[in-house]
Amino acid sequence: MLSKGLKRKREEEEEKESLAVDALWLDPGHAAVAQAPPAAASSSLFDLSVLKLHHSLQQGEPDLRHLVLVVNTLRRIQASMAPTAALPPVPSPPAAPSMADNLLASSDAALSASMASLLEDLSHIEGLSQVPQPLADEGPPGRSIGGAAPSLGALDLLGPATGCLLDDGLEGLFEDIDTSMYDNELWAPASEGLKTGPEDGPGKEEAPELDEAELDYLMDVLVGTQALERPPGPGR
Amino acid sequence: MIPGIGTLTQDTLWCFSQVKGTIEIGTTEADIISTVEFNHTGELLATGDKGGRVVIFQREQESKNQIHRRGEYNVYSTFQSHEPEFDYLKSLEIEEKINKIRWLPQQNAAYFLLSTNDKTVKLWKVSERDKRPEGYNLKDEEGRLRDPATITTLRVPVLRPMDLMVEATPRRVFANAHTYHINSISVNSDYETYMSADDLRINLWNFEITNQSFNIVDIKPANMEELTEVITAAEFHPHHCNTFVYSSSKGTIRLCDMRASALCDRHTKFFEEPEDPSNRSFFSEIISSISDVKFSHSGRYIMTRDYLTVKVWDLNMENRPIETYQVHDYLRSKLCSLYENDCIFDKFECVWNGSDSVIMTGSYNNFFRMFDRNTKRDVTLEASRENSKPRAILKPRKVCVGGKRRKDEISVDSLDFSKKILHTAWHPSENIIAVAATNNLYIFQDKVN
Repeated sequence: MLSKGLKRKREEEEEKESLAVDALWLDPGHAAVAQAPPAAASSSLFDLSVLKLHHSLQQGEPDLRHLVLVVNTLRRIQASMAPTAALPPVPSPPAAPSMADNLLASSDAALSASMASLLEDLSHIEGLSQVPQPLADEGPPGRSIGGAAPSLGALDLLGPATGCLLDDGLEGLFEDIDTSMYDNELWAPASEGLKTGPEDGPGKEEAPELDEAELDYLMDVLVGTQALERPPGPGR
Repeated sequence: MIPGIGTLTQDTLWCFSQVKGTIEIGTTEADIISTVEFNHTGELLATGDKGGRVVIFQREQESKNQIHRRGEYNVYSTFQSHEPEFDYLKSLEIEEKINKIRWLPQQNAAYFLLSTNDKTVKLWKVSERDKRPEGYNLKDEEGRLRDPATITTLRVPVLRPMDLMVEATPRRVFANAHTYHINSISVNSDYETYMSADDLRINLWNFEITNQSFNIVDIKPANMEELTEVITAAEFHPHHCNTFVYSSSKGTIRLCDMRASALCDRHTKFFEEPEDPSNRSFFSEIISSISDVKFSHSGRYIMTRDYLTVKVWDLNMENRPIETYQVHDYLRSKLCSLYENDCIFDKFECVWNGSDSVIMTGSYNNFFRMFDRNTKRDVTLEASRENSKPRAILKPRKVCVGGKRRKDEISVDSLDFSKKILHTAWHPSENIIAVAATNNLYIFQDKVN
């Protein structure tokens, strides 16, 4: 439909599927939407959104508006997905809440790179319920950031090297990080492609919790938060 | 028809006037125009592009011999405003693309404008030099110093005419105040301050002070995981220097009064239209995201652009717009595909004409639309090389949504989504418009009888 000069990103089959469901998006409450095909459509839209998120995070500096809109759309899609399309249970790695407080702002590229690999595997197995807490961001420029990029251990940084100008003496900060999350095979590069359809899982009641946490995790890492930012004064 | 009073009656015919830019296919990305703006008199027209360049066109004086032909715009000055930068701390490249240009009102012989990329705002002075001093005592004509011992008489240097030279110099650089990407700048009516807005914060600057700014809006949540909304555009009220508005990705507009508090996190007015349940979809939020907000010249109304519509709001009514115009409603059933190819995230701008009676915005396939607020008529025109004969009248275009396609209509499926008109500008007092189509700038005027 969208003609000349436009690159098609997806396989033809998936394109056809998405075109076919164009008309369904008008009213998710419509009778036709409640049946099985829309669930597949929801799922393909979900996959598409995850792909977009992934792609966005791979940018050195993601477009915040694009990111926020995609994440919000993802939330809507998830919220509307039928109970049978709930997510599979995932053994939660032990909590490491203190990790977030210790992780200082790194270059967004480093985070993005790690998020990118995370998202790749998200598409296989959803509901990584144990999310690291929000990461600090740099705050408005001009104030001292303090530390340097965290060395994320087992995670390979796919982005440009960030360590050149930064300190290497941060090992101590990460002693209490639970790295089991990074050591397991979830972090192996995806080879089978995205998940293809709704998967069986726990009941409806559980699914929203997992989804919330998972999306929160995405938001955490992609833009980070401030551990050290002081509240803004009346003027600067 | 009275020139200067814009009404889009059946009598208004738009004609091609000029086109700037190259014709070749396979344009360099650097030439893509990213912003267009007339100055306050309409004498100058500035464009910024992805390559960080600013090109200023000046309208030639209308000669008495050619009253039937209005002045043309010719290149007046070209300069490199922003260069690509590298943020070493974050290992990121900062794009040199000019996001916005805003003119300052003219106060002396020189012209001043603000131009901004994602991170840095610059104040440029554009001035003419048409005289040069001659007859120095201590230097000869080539500038070489003379031996004072050889000077036996003194003379007073005189100014002699020279070929006109237009110089652009950066007078101020306002840097390091934005963590996120700057989307708007707006000059205050006090002509002493201006604001710059990024995704999460708005800063107030004094033109004379570059090393600090006041933060007047901050919507960054304490936990970034709670972030659900960003600032998309902001503008000062044209007359009240204490008032400004900013729009969000959730389709809301907030009006703030800087007298109320130093940090305007609490709005004075909140404009939002309730969602139409019959149009609800997964993409409702994305298409409600406001891409541009503009005060009317009168200051009584604001106009907002979201993906499918343009809305006019009365400042005195917050619960819904007073007017809504459909720009390209035929895209409503294609939202999924437009989401897939990211077109749904395109940010279209909108403009008022000088008398606030007509509004204009762009669309796809190099189409742009005008809506007459009084007659409720609208027209779709196209910026294309095919319609580029001098003074050729633009023919209204029509998109066929289904059923039988008439001869001159174009079907939705044939629209070229890579040809988008995101940036347009309207002369402050006359019916002259500038339309940016990728790397070409089209200037159209209404037909003078």
